[in-house]
Amino acid sequence: MSENALIINAEKCVGCQACIKVCPFGALSMQGSLAVVNDACTFCGSCPDSCKFGAITLHKEEKTAATDLSAYKGVWVFGEQIDGVIQGVVHELIGEGRILADTLGVPLTVLVLGHDMDAAVKELLEYPVDEVIQVDDPALQHYASEPYAQVVADLIDKKKPEIFLAGATAIGRSFLARVAVLVHTGLTADCTGLDITPERLLLQTRPAFGGNIMASILCANNRPQMATVRHKVMKAAEKDGGRNGSVVKMNADGKLLRSRTKRLDWLPEITDTVNLVDADIIVSGGRGMQKPENFVLIEKLAKLLGAAVGSSRAAVDAGWMPYSHQVGQTGKTVQPKLYIACGISGAVQHLVGMSSADTIIAINKDKDAPIFSVATYGVVGDLFEVIPAMIRELGGEA
Amino acid sequence: MNIVVCIKQVPDTTDVRIDPVTNTLVRQGVESIINPFDAYAIEEGVRIKERLGSGKVIIVTMGPPQAEKALREAISLGADEAVLLCSRAFAGGDTWATSLTLSQAMKKLNPDVVLAGKQAIDGDTAQVGPGISCHLDWPQACYVSKIREIEKGRAVVECLMETGKEVLEVELPAVLTVVKEINEPRLPSLKGKMRAKKAEITVWNEADIEADPEKVGLKGSPTAVNRTFSPPRRSGGEIIQAETNSEAGKILVGKIKELQIG
Amino acid sequence: MLEYFFTEEQQMMIDTAREIGEKKIIPVRAQYDEEQAFPHDVFKAIADADLTGVYIPDEYGGCAGDTGIMNMCLVTEELSKYCGGISLSFAGTALGTLPILISGDDEQKKRWLPRIASGTLAAFGITEPDAGSDAASMRPTAVRDGDDYIINGTKLFISNGGEADIYSIFAMTDKAKGARGCSCFVLEKGMDGFTFGKKEDKMGIRASCTRELIFQDLRVPAANRLGREGTGFMTAMKTFDNSRPGVGSQALGIAQGALDLAVDYARQRKQFGRPIIANQGLQWMLADMAMQVEAARALVYATARWIDAGAKRPTGASAMSKCFASDVAMKVTIDAIQVFGGVGYTKEYPIEKYARDAKITQIYEGTNQIQRDEIALALIKEAARK
Repeated sequence: MSENALIINAEKCVGCQACIKVCPFGALSMQGSLAVVNDACTFCGSCPDSCKFGAITLHKEEKTAATDLSAYKGVWVFGEQIDGVIQGVVHELIGEGRILADTLGVPLTVLVLGHDMDAAVKELLEYPVDEVIQVDDPALQHYASEPYAQVVADLIDKKKPEIFLAGATAIGRSFLARVAVLVHTGLTADCTGLDITPERLLLQTRPAFGGNIMASILCANNRPQMATVRHKVMKAAEKDGGRNGSVVKMNADGKLLRSRTKRLDWLPEITDTVNLVDADIIVSGGRGMQKPENFVLIEKLAKLLGAAVGSSRAAVDAGWMPYSHQVGQTGKTVQPKLYIACGISGAVQHLVGMSSADTIIAINKDKDAPIFSVATYGVVGDLFEVIPAMIRELGGEA
Repeated sequence: MNIVVCIKQVPDTTDVRIDPVTNTLVRQGVESIINPFDAYAIEEGVRIKERLGSGKVIIVTMGPPQAEKALREAISLGADEAVLLCSRAFAGGDTWATSLTLSQAMKKLNPDVVLAGKQAIDGDTAQVGPGISCHLDWPQACYVSKIREIEKGRAVVECLMETGKEVLEVELPAVLTVVKEINEPRLPSLKGKMRAKKAEITVWNEADIEADPEKVGLKGSPTAVNRTFSPPRRSGGEIIQAETNSEAGKILVGKIKELQIG
Repeated sequence: MLEYFFTEEQQMMIDTAREIGEKKIIPVRAQYDEEQAFPHDVFKAIADADLTGVYIPDEYGGCAGDTGIMNMCLVTEELSKYCGGISLSFAGTALGTLPILISGDDEQKKRWLPRIASGTLAAFGITEPDAGSDAASMRPTAVRDGDDYIINGTKLFISNGGEADIYSIFAMTDKAKGARGCSCFVLEKGMDGFTFGKKEDKMGIRASCTRELIFQDLRVPAANRLGREGTGFMTAMKTFDNSRPGVGSQALGIAQGALDLAVDYARQRKQFGRPIIANQGLQWMLADMAMQVEAARALVYATARWIDAGAKRPTGASAMSKCFASDVAMKVTIDAIQVFGGVGYTKEYPIEKYARDAKITQIYEGTNQIQRDEIALALIKEAARK
């Protein structure tokens, strides 16, 4: 069969509806006592496994690759820099890229675009990388979507890596989509897990529907296999003396540097609190704080613990806290060592943003609040008594 | 100035529940809504039109016939026209194929600027906006939190990055993707709702936008979903038992000290 | 529970008002109540959504169709479900507009109605320190001077007072003629001699603003007089015929909002291991509340629809709809507090505010004692006509 098809055998289907429940795309429904499939089907393969009666078969189209895939070798990670400083996510990409490269038995390359970055680039060789490619040009000093995409696409065409990873950052997400279009390959956003299949394919796992389901994705017939990777999920590589790698310096062709955007100014965000995403401890307040003035309690506790201050969407929507503090699906994803949720009920949208914290403490007066289902330690009680007690115990004045 | 706003109809994920028994997504009864980030793009498009006092706002979406509801809602929020890209051939597309499909529609509409939300809350990829831009060989500005100036051929915008805001001058036409800081979307008005009810929705298929059927939808997608599964659930831990709330607070501090962080 | 067969436009009005209630009113109502501030931002949202035109004829920039009073009631009710004080910015404007709709000429309607339809606040000024329910004994005077009138006097307890730009007020052009010597004038904020007195500190509807209006040698062109000289009292009475179902709908919305909260709370609150709504005593209480609210709704809607259909003598029905619905609102909101128990008595929950807001509906636009007088009078008149 040359086309994708999901076939439901009417004789075997007993109308148990098990397949309808597992379909993440709402593509299955009942017609009388028979399951039927509609256009929303993406042939993801979730339902055949769910059918106890073997009534569902999936035929996947045998696609043939447009190009010679074996010509593509090696794992590349993008060495994102801001103001000449290699970003934290790059070390996580090196850590993960190393594992993938070792599994495949290929070299790991870091690609850095920037200007006057010799020292920072050299330092990368102290990490477990085989090679650093450095493209140096004043036009690449600051991120610009067009030159970055054009230079990277050109290098991919020339050097043909099989895997290309970048951080799922504002920069990574916005220029890699252009690269994918230019080199005509697939790009998977915001991955939280990467693996190599027995067929030597990159299995890319990512959350969808606000973290309610996970999807694993393959890019079988195009190269490189590209993914952006969520910050703070993969384990960062440590300096291990390196691999006796080398720095390959390259110049960019002038026509690749064409840009129709111009950076006029940079307005750094002024914050006196610890950066939420990088914080080891976060103290967060939600609707249970009742009014903005009560966030003073959260701030006092955070200060004593050296923690950053977070907030649920409810508290942001009520105007108690600025959006930059919001944790959750429409805010920031955090992975601190300790997350203290105060007066946060724990809607699914909040949980996806913080439930990968090592330890979670929840303080809430509603014993049925969903936050307790993820909390390592929970206190069912009045936070206006619990938090002041904690502050006093830590030597502060409540 | 002609402004196109690309929107997506998505399931309201704030309504999505996980079936505690089967640990799967419960979609029944989940309402379809305009992707919340796209609502900011619609509002910004309407504000640009109002500020300039001329031009029109055209909403474009790719989706099934039911996506017409989202288009009508966009009209009730102040948009002038709406186009639905609807065909079996478009179904199941990944971001590469979807951005190609939308870019073909842009070639036909020939707008001065294209606005979209930074990402959709179901897919969360943030790749379609830049993809459209690149397929058209246009410049882009992502995560736009403010449009300072806009005129034919040029805009000055502020882009929200992790550590601050970049002020960019962008040649138009371009694709601008917006974040929620950019504005506060209005509520639909009565007259807007009445207009939306009567509005003609243009429907285009692959032939109308001259798209190669091999390059759109599932067929044109380099990536494919291998399988889907429910995220592993974290289980609840210990509920601190104490006589008083103060006592519980003290116990918590003890637990925190045991963790030896920092 | 019942089907009232709204037009498609009316359903849109209700949906639009509901969205404003959920997204714009709920987040701010406690704060406006606490601070006793005027909700200009919410009123702007109401205007931006075109709801300020639902009782204004299409030719003057509104979308009343031929159901203006019913539309006004539906929007007032829906907004009042969320806050009976904030909804008064809308309903008080409607009250201030009615004299123009009833007695204004085409010129005057063109002058003011499009502005009101697009979001200008209006107010109605009849009450005085010594003329509350006894409106016919009013004191302010309007003395003819060439093409103008010179107005002197004060008005008390004026909703939207000081915040509105357009005021329909009543003054005596000929004291000797009593009620037949009263005329209605449209004033605009900023006119020389037109100032505002103290803002009242109230028990409820605190998000509404209640002020004194002060006229000192206020010169008003005769073109601002609505109707002929001496027709003011008639204008006022016809205004009340039209506006009282509006007060009824405000009361209805407050009652429905309180009932909804009570049912929700009763389903969530657990005592003795089960939700308190499982208790039959409480079920019957809620059933009685629901029954009264539905009866009030039927009466308010029927009256509003009758007025829209061109009722000749709706005075008795208007009084009934206002009186019945407001008595229901008072009873239902107090019972709702009982359902909440202790927390219902605290300001942590919004339910006590519903009861404070409900109280005014038994008092303004004629106390419920006056309404009963009107109903009795209508009975007597009807019997006499037989």
